[in-house]
Amino acid sequence: MIKEFRKNRMLFLMMVPSVVYFFLLCYLPMAGTVLAFKSYRFDKGIFGSPWAGLANFEFFFRSGKALLVTSNTVLYNAAFIVSGLVLQLAVAIVIAEMGGRFIKKAAQSILLFPFFLSWVVVGAIVYNLFNYDYGYLNVLLQAMGLPQQDFYSSPGWWKYILLFFNNWKYVGYNSLIYLAAIIGIDRSLYEAAAIDGANVFQRIRRITLPLIVPTTVIMVLLSIGNIFRGNFDLFYQLVGTNGLLYDATDVIDTFVFRSLLGSQDIGMSAATGLYQSVVCFVIILITNAIVRRVQPDYSLF
Amino acid sequence: MLTYTKDRLLFNVLGYTFLGLLCLLCLVPLLLVVSGSLSGEEQLVRNGFRLLPQKLSLDGYRMVFKAPGDIVRAFGVSLLVLVAGTSLGAFLTAMTSYVIGRKDFKYRNYFSFYIYFTSVFSGGLVPWYLLMVNYYHMKDSVLALIVPLLMNVFYILVMKSFFASIPEAIIESGKIDGAGELRIFLTLMLPIAKPGLATIALFIGLGYWNDWANAMLFIRDPNLVPLQYYLYNLMNKTEMLNNLAGKTGMPIPDIPKETFKLAMTVIVIAPVFFVYPFLQRFIVSGVTIGSVKG
Repeated sequence: MIKEFRKNRMLFLMMVPSVVYFFLLCYLPMAGTVLAFKSYRFDKGIFGSPWAGLANFEFFFRSGKALLVTSNTVLYNAAFIVSGLVLQLAVAIVIAEMGGRFIKKAAQSILLFPFFLSWVVVGAIVYNLFNYDYGYLNVLLQAMGLPQQDFYSSPGWWKYILLFFNNWKYVGYNSLIYLAAIIGIDRSLYEAAAIDGANVFQRIRRITLPLIVPTTVIMVLLSIGNIFRGNFDLFYQLVGTNGLLYDATDVIDTFVFRSLLGSQDIGMSAATGLYQSVVCFVIILITNAIVRRVQPDYSLF
Repeated sequence: MLTYTKDRLLFNVLGYTFLGLLCLLCLVPLLLVVSGSLSGEEQLVRNGFRLLPQKLSLDGYRMVFKAPGDIVRAFGVSLLVLVAGTSLGAFLTAMTSYVIGRKDFKYRNYFSFYIYFTSVFSGGLVPWYLLMVNYYHMKDSVLALIVPLLMNVFYILVMKSFFASIPEAIIESGKIDGAGELRIFLTLMLPIAKPGLATIALFIGLGYWNDWANAMLFIRDPNLVPLQYYLYNLMNKTEMLNNLAGKTGMPIPDIPKETFKLAMTVIVIAPVFFVYPFLQRFIVSGVTIGSVKG
């Protein structure tokens, strides 16, 4: 150890900034999860506050919120994964098979653009589309002689709105990953198939789809690993602090954020956060074990 | 003459329709915002949004530039955070990934694990927030906007796989010439890694430019509000508008509220739009680097 340190002193020194960084911003907060078992007092700080046993967890699970935010988080993510997969694959396959270079480039550029916008901007756009007074959709409904819809007080619509805008933002970017996989397929396979008389659809079904299965499996498993993490920006910017919609749209991350900023119940928010981290950790371990069996090259550890 | 087989024709019809529809869905929300920002306030409030502006008017933009102080300052904060954060972040990311990628560095796996583990398990928002505020005293500090996004495990892994593609012989040649480790990194490896570095820098930069949550958590001082959070406040707090009315000397009912908000949204989108071709090129190449195992 000492010998190694002498030999590579500079390399060790070059690691100092990141070691300190991750210690202060990640490892100390991990130690701070003791808060979940304490009743927090501002004057005593994280480590000095008195212990509270499991009271914070009990409060969270008894409040009825636990089941709600957990199922919202998982169900929304499941819907995002499935719809995203179908759309992204379809986009990648169509773009890969298309002839016209210009149209190809144009379509890709248009679909990728939302990826670069902030969620604040997306939230602003959504508000302009859906608000009651002059939202574009209500103008359309009126023009068609249909009654206006008050979207911001009808929870039922938001599943679809959130699903739409999540895909709106990510379809262009994530399809690039599948496109890269398709472009990597050996061209001679397609030529051979064409000579044998296979049509476009047969080539897609028999060559493209089977050969991008590994990439697809990895992408899906990685997203399943994060199924317990809600996309905080999406939910917070689109729904915000509109209490009417919480039952339909509250995910763990927005719940923790709001209880941290809004209420004084620091202990309960910390308990919720720890609950999320632990479950998330277990799921990542499981999915990674699966990845390691299917495709050892892609396993994360 | 170009002829298509039947299946090709069918595929093209289906494919172009599908893509065309998606592109339309992508563009329409953006077009509505731009068209709304160019409409007259009265028409907008009375008739609602249209795809094309009903009466071309620049009132919204005029309002923005009547008292541009706050907006310019917010823009300045965002730019400062972007430049400082991206350059420092990209440098630290490169340095870290270079060291943990060095095959002759005996402890690289311990360090890799130390860094990697933080992406698998986190302490959650609450302890992190309390540490930032009470122990590191980041409240109302510009550092609160820079530090949280400085380094990210995923970018370190991407950069590490980029360094792995550079032949080790270059490091050897540097050693033979008597260069120290730091020098080898700075003058030999970093220049070769420029394409990877550019991609990482763009991802980090994008994260900074679009960040609003850290401002919401840590910033109360109006002088330190970045652009995205400024827009967020504008959308969600009416007192912001009233405040602005005071500064422009306009009576509150006369402010073109809606077109003003839309004009602000367009102004926030604009910088991204102008650097988009550049962003697209590097991000697309980044996807292919990232797909290699870290």
